[in-house]
Amino acid sequence: MKKVFERPKSLKPAVFHYCPGCGHSIIHRLVAEVIDELGIQERCIGVPPAGCAVLAYNYFDVDMGEAPHGRATAVATGIKRVLPDRVVFTYQGDGDIAAIGTAETVHAANRGERITAIFVNNAVYGMTGGQMAPTTITGQATTTSPGGRVPLRDGYPVDLSQMLQTAAGAAYIERCAVTNPKNINHAKKAIRKAFQVQLDDLGFSMVEILSPCPTNWKMSSVDASKWVDEEMTKFFPLKVIRDVT
Amino acid sequence: MRGSHVVGEAAIRAGCRYYFGYPITPQNELPEYMATQFAAMPDATFVQAESELASINMVIGASMAGGRVMTSSSSPGISLKQEGISYLAAMELPGVIVNMMRGGPGLGNIAPSQSDYFQATRGGGHGDYRTLVLGPASGQELADLTRRAFELADEYLTPVMLLGDGMMGQMMEPVEFPEPIDPKSLPRKPWILDGARGRKSRLIRSLLLDPRIEEEHNWKLYRKYEAITDREQRSESYLTEDAQLVVVAYGTAARIAKGAVNRLRGNGLKVGLFRPISLWPFPFQALKSLSQWVRGFVVFEMSTGQMVEDVRLSLEGKRPTHFYGRPGGIVPSPQEVAHVLSGHYFRLDGKPGS
Ligand SMILES: Cc1ncc(C[n+]2csc(CCOP(=O)(O)OP(=O)(O)O)c2C)c(N)n1
Ligand code: SF4
Repeated sequence: MKKVFERPKSLKPAVFHYCPGCGHSIIHRLVAEVIDELGIQERCIGVPPAGCAVLAYNYFDVDMGEAPHGRATAVATGIKRVLPDRVVFTYQGDGDIAAIGTAETVHAANRGERITAIFVNNAVYGMTGGQMAPTTITGQATTTSPGGRVPLRDGYPVDLSQMLQTAAGAAYIERCAVTNPKNINHAKKAIRKAFQVQLDDLGFSMVEILSPCPTNWKMSSVDASKWVDEEMTKFFPLKVIRDVT
Repeated sequence: MRGSHVVGEAAIRAGCRYYFGYPITPQNELPEYMATQFAAMPDATFVQAESELASINMVIGASMAGGRVMTSSSSPGISLKQEGISYLAAMELPGVIVNMMRGGPGLGNIAPSQSDYFQATRGGGHGDYRTLVLGPASGQELADLTRRAFELADEYLTPVMLLGDGMMGQMMEPVEFPEPIDPKSLPRKPWILDGARGRKSRLIRSLLLDPRIEEEHNWKLYRKYEAITDREQRSESYLTEDAQLVVVAYGTAARIAKGAVNRLRGNGLKVGLFRPISLWPFPFQALKSLSQWVRGFVVFEMSTGQMVEDVRLSLEGKRPTHFYGRPGGIVPSPQEVAHVLSGHYFRLDGKPGS
């Protein structure tokens, strides 16, 4: 019988701990498929985040080295500078990459560090129980913005990708979503391109992926995906943000 | 050669090929030296990071990938590096951190000080760990202990700190360097992350969610720290064989104290100097053995008194232990310290020693 669908080689045979409907599961799969397709499993080094994906190293079957909360791009810089011919990627949530780790991210991008950042934007701090994230959209209720995010009090949603649009060292930045098959296929293409940019030694690459967190948004999986498409994309439109390849 | 340059040259000769740092006075001559020398070395990388946080995390990454790696800073910067130092300790990654201390707390001043002893020797960051700390007191020792710091870091898979101050960094002294090591000749590290070619993938982490596993890991680290405590105590005893009073001091303070001891010896006072070289592990065995005949101790530090606690613990209350300190970046003269020591000397049991 012909096999038409199988587990990517770069994913260990482990069951994800993510909640049903969580975007992390899909994104893990996409990253693993890309690693397989590019044939780079044996020279790939991943840097997992603090956040819901902190256990990513239980799933990716590549060398993985943990970073403190937010510092993934700095750790990845260290790895890449020692082993320039390896493929180094970070996997980070919005709290990780756009709050505590903003400086590390901006400067890794600006240095044109030959690394690839997978930025999972679920508009909330998932792991710590649904607090307000830098990416929480205006009006969105979280445990620390119970009446909804109010810009005058809480500031505006941070659009990190747009901020990095001017980073001279960034070769490719695109924002995608994993809300339907079309978007998912497109996100995979973007992830593939981001890794290719690194393989071609062109500079820093990042894919921001809007990703549902049904648990902390207190929605069904279907509603969560719909909310990404209808509400989140108003603040974070899906588009190529920088491409100098 | 200037102290900071000595550290840089010794690091390069020890096979260090990766340096990540962020400028802060009084240690800028060190990153400047690394940048200049590395520019001519195709196998070496210098990165001026955007912060101390970033630089210590670059150290983490470089260490994971198997590089001999160093960073340096001064007090406020070291505070920021503590997060990374805790992670290095937890993940059992080698790395060398140079702290040229300045006056604190807060922004303080840029004058030579010894006010980070607690932070350096007690772990400094969060969690159950220790940092190996070496306290050089001469140009030659800057060279020797820098080499030793890299060796210790690799041997015990742990961060090692070289604790100096602005005076150490600026001081010019003739130095003999050891033969350079080619980093390619160093033994391969079987645990590094370099891509899982032909082997299972590897993982370096510090997250141990199961408290039983965290406990086991902490006991494992503890046993390592015990082994270090047994094997790596280093100190120098100067004119202590017949001493009645011994001054205990490290680094710059020890140089001043030596001057004071020489002055007092010239006046016939039986005083000596005990100089810890390893600050953690503290050389308590050698110090304790002095208490068999030495009648009193004076701890001299350029702080309000931090190492004095280790001295008192070592002496277990067997001998009177006094403290003399000048915090805030004041460097006292040997004369001033000699004056303090002679005061204590003549108060020993109410009469001078025989
Ligand atoms: C220094 C530090 N501060 C805070 C935390 C607690 N913490 C762990 S994960 C996290 C936020 C994660 O949110 P995000 O990056 O958006 O990832 P998600 O869980 O949503 O996937 C925080 C605040 C930490 N681990 N370290
Ligand atoms: S809390 Fe949210 S981000 Fe975390 S696993 Fe659950 S759905 Fe995913």
